[in-house]
Amino acid sequence: MYIYILKRIFSLVPVLFVVSIVAFLLIYLTPGDPVSVMLGQEATAEQIEALREQMGFNDPLYLQYFHWLINVLQGNLGDSYFMHMPVTTAIVEHLGPTLSIAVLAELIAILIALPVGILAAKHRGSLMDQFVMGFTLTGMAIPSFLFGLILMLVLGVKLGWLPVAGYQPLSTGFWNYLQYLLMPGLALGIIQSALIARMTRSSMLEVLNADFIKTARSKGVKERSIIYVHALRNALLPIITVVGQTFGLLLAGAVVIETIFNIPGIGQLVLNSIQSRDYAVIQGVILMVAFFYVIINLVIDLLYMLIDPRVGY
Amino acid sequence: MNVVEVNVNPKRVKHDLKKQERSLLLRRFLSNKLMVTGSIIIVLLLLLAILGPKLTPFDPYEMVVKERLEAPSSHHLLGTDNFGRDLLTRIIYGAKVSMWVGFASALLSSIIGLAIGLTASYYRYLDNILMRICDGLLAFPAILFAIALMAVLGAKTENVIIALTIVFSPEVARIVRSRALVVREETYIEAIRSQGASAARIIWKHIAPNTISPLLVKATFVFSEAVIVEATLSFLGAGVPAPDPSWGNILSDGKDVIYTAWWMTVFPGLFIILSVLGLNLLGDGLRDLIDPQSSTK
Repeated sequence: MYIYILKRIFSLVPVLFVVSIVAFLLIYLTPGDPVSVMLGQEATAEQIEALREQMGFNDPLYLQYFHWLINVLQGNLGDSYFMHMPVTTAIVEHLGPTLSIAVLAELIAILIALPVGILAAKHRGSLMDQFVMGFTLTGMAIPSFLFGLILMLVLGVKLGWLPVAGYQPLSTGFWNYLQYLLMPGLALGIIQSALIARMTRSSMLEVLNADFIKTARSKGVKERSIIYVHALRNALLPIITVVGQTFGLLLAGAVVIETIFNIPGIGQLVLNSIQSRDYAVIQGVILMVAFFYVIINLVIDLLYMLIDPRVGY
Repeated sequence: MNVVEVNVNPKRVKHDLKKQERSLLLRRFLSNKLMVTGSIIIVLLLLLAILGPKLTPFDPYEMVVKERLEAPSSHHLLGTDNFGRDLLTRIIYGAKVSMWVGFASALLSSIIGLAIGLTASYYRYLDNILMRICDGLLAFPAILFAIALMAVLGAKTENVIIALTIVFSPEVARIVRSRALVVREETYIEAIRSQGASAARIIWKHIAPNTISPLLVKATFVFSEAVIVEATLSFLGAGVPAPDPSWGNILSDGKDVIYTAWWMTVFPGLFIILSVLGLNLLGDGLRDLIDPQSSTK
């Protein structure tokens, strides 16, 4: 088993290698010379050349990549020339709201999707089932930022139930913190629940057709325990995969949706960086998110072993 | 001597078979109500995108300050935006942009994905390299990767298509590869190879056509994803640049006036939902049509 875990971890190396090359090239290919941007309009050609040499921009590409990679591996993502601080610091400072939204959305999505998906599978073909399928189809057709705007229009502008924009950190009180996150969390979570509900339904349907369920039924096991004990446990594997994979999507979704609600998270950081052409920050953010994504997938794979002892190594 | 002459024209038999097959497909298509609905939605949207600009009396760029933020009326069916431009007209021109970006990205990533997927499946020594590159590219969430690419490329409609093609090609490549891996093991490929056919001929003439069905399904979903991502990019100001209309940047303008002008959020939003829904229904239907066993119903 440990060998399997080690093998699995080792298999991440090529993927992360490609991720790092893409992130590196992204900045390398940006139009304009970062050095002349840094030094401003008045810099002389000699000054620019000196700084270029000093910063290693005159080195061959592979050497530049190598130096950059060494820094990244030490947790140094470079400096934001616009904010005058290390990119790592900037990301950490903005991470709180984004992670909060993503986690909240994931909770909301699971809370909606599991019961809804199970119900639909239980009463397959019924009006309830059709309603759920309609919900999932529509949910998958709505971009989460659009749903955020609709919620803002209804819950914020028309009904005035929730604040329309802004953010309060957890230290100002839990309710205060939650009410600002609730709308973006709902927007992302409800949309994401469509996908998870659909997966739950089809996964449950597959299990409910299995022989061991028929055996349990003929033994006279109660329907409740068939659904929640026998079937759900077995249907959980694909559901967990989707939940895990969607966390990466939720993180990306949170980045987009927080810009609507003026929440000072990673999204705002990215948008500001685009405007100020602060490419090091953008590079840092996508590197970090991709890293998260790869690690989450690893964790899901390892979780399989806990849930389903049949998974071979 | 009784020789019964059977007049069988092989060409004719093949023709009849094809006809039969086609009518079977047609019947299966018509029996799938959701797919028919999806197709109708998409055809209507395409018609709107193509013919709409000729039908509307308004100019999508002309600003009429006097008429800014007018609610829907008989003069401006869907109201006006914050610059006094007719909203319906902007949405129609937006449909043109969104459909074009979605279609072009789906087409380009299909071509590139097909080439990569086939190469990976046929040349085993390239497989590992190509697939690890795809894995690495797929580790970036689509929307963030697209944002980063647009930050580098600059906000321009053509760049949106380039960015989306880079984002979606690896997904297509994976689908094509997994199908092609199955096909290349078939006996008839073996037979063709033993006759001395060149690699290029085997790949393009004999393997590629067999990957078209899953590719088509995937392309439909790439189209719908692309519509969503384009709208998101334009909403964030990193996609189709103003003043060109796109559903995403109309929504972005609408967000600033969400307190007064609900129509600027609701109508472009409805068009995005309709087009994505239509494409998804079409994609689901195509998948059921091609592979009835994978149907989730």
